[in-house]
Amino acid sequence: MSFASFGDFLAMGGHGLYVWLAYGSAAIVVAANVLSVRSARRRFFRQARALERQKAAQAARSVDSNQMPGEETK
Amino acid sequence: MTVTETLKRWWHQLGSPRWFYEISGPWQTGFAVLALLLLAIGTVWGLAIAPMDYQQGNSFRIIYVHVPTAIVSQTVYMLMGAAGLVLLVWRMKLADMVLAAAVPFGMSMTALALFTGAVWGKPTWGAWWVWDARTTSMLVLLFLYFGLYALRQAIPRNEAAGRACAVLALVGTVNIPIIKYSVDWWLTLHQPATFKLTEAPSMPPEMWLPLLLNVLGIYCFFAANLIGRLKLTILERESGTRWVRELIAGRSP
Repeated sequence: MSFASFGDFLAMGGHGLYVWLAYGSAAIVVAANVLSVRSARRRFFRQARALERQKAAQAARSVDSNQMPGEETK
Repeated sequence: MTVTETLKRWWHQLGSPRWFYEISGPWQTGFAVLALLLLAIGTVWGLAIAPMDYQQGNSFRIIYVHVPTAIVSQTVYMLMGAAGLVLLVWRMKLADMVLAAAVPFGMSMTALALFTGAVWGKPTWGAWWVWDARTTSMLVLLFLYFGLYALRQAIPRNEAAGRACAVLALVGTVNIPIIKYSVDWWLTLHQPATFKLTEAPSMPPEMWLPLLLNVLGIYCFFAANLIGRLKLTILERESGTRWVRELIAGRSP
């Protein structure tokens, strides 16, 4: 251990501001890289499922009104 | 089957997004676990256990963030240059996806290297920023990443965007040796490289070992992150294909 106490560790011999700025920014960048991929992946599956449901509902509606699927788009 | 036929098949498989999507899951997990272990040990060691530098005091501990991020940002760029070459020569789909998926990570690491460099420069050189060869060439690297990111957004068609990005990535690799040798070619404030291939480090092992762990850790983190982004890019670009639709259907509750 290079420090005598936790207070010493935080102070970093007067360089605390610089050291913790560097490590704090690194933690933020690492977390942002992990979380952005994870949330984008969730968003993709959520949107894809919504699209599938929409298509299914459309297909069901066109069957109800005795139309051939895709007829209304002509 | 002859050797060349096997190699050819392998090369084709390597270009198949579906094949990559299906085999890469365990790799992503493995790299993520390794990254977590290496970075945790390296960071705690560097921050609390390694001895303080007799000249720079404790601000020297910024090295354990600064050097790994600076190294990986250049490696990512070289990888994109290689992917650009593969895309231009063989038109491999996966190379274009690597070219797109590596940009956010490389850009964030370059920005982090510059920021931690500024934070280290203030107590060491007395200034947040100096226009010397090393810092300026790293700033050029950041702008190259911005350019690659903007180019991808600006061109809607994937194929055209891919080719434009490939050319920019390839041309930009010229900057990498300039960054590397800037501390030798020009008179700079920046200290020379800590790790050299031809000499032992001038630091004692209890100082450079945690640095090595963090460098290896950030490479593993990059590998895991790249695989994650690649898989997402594959899903988005192949979303009309049957295997992706089956995958989506299989995941719905």
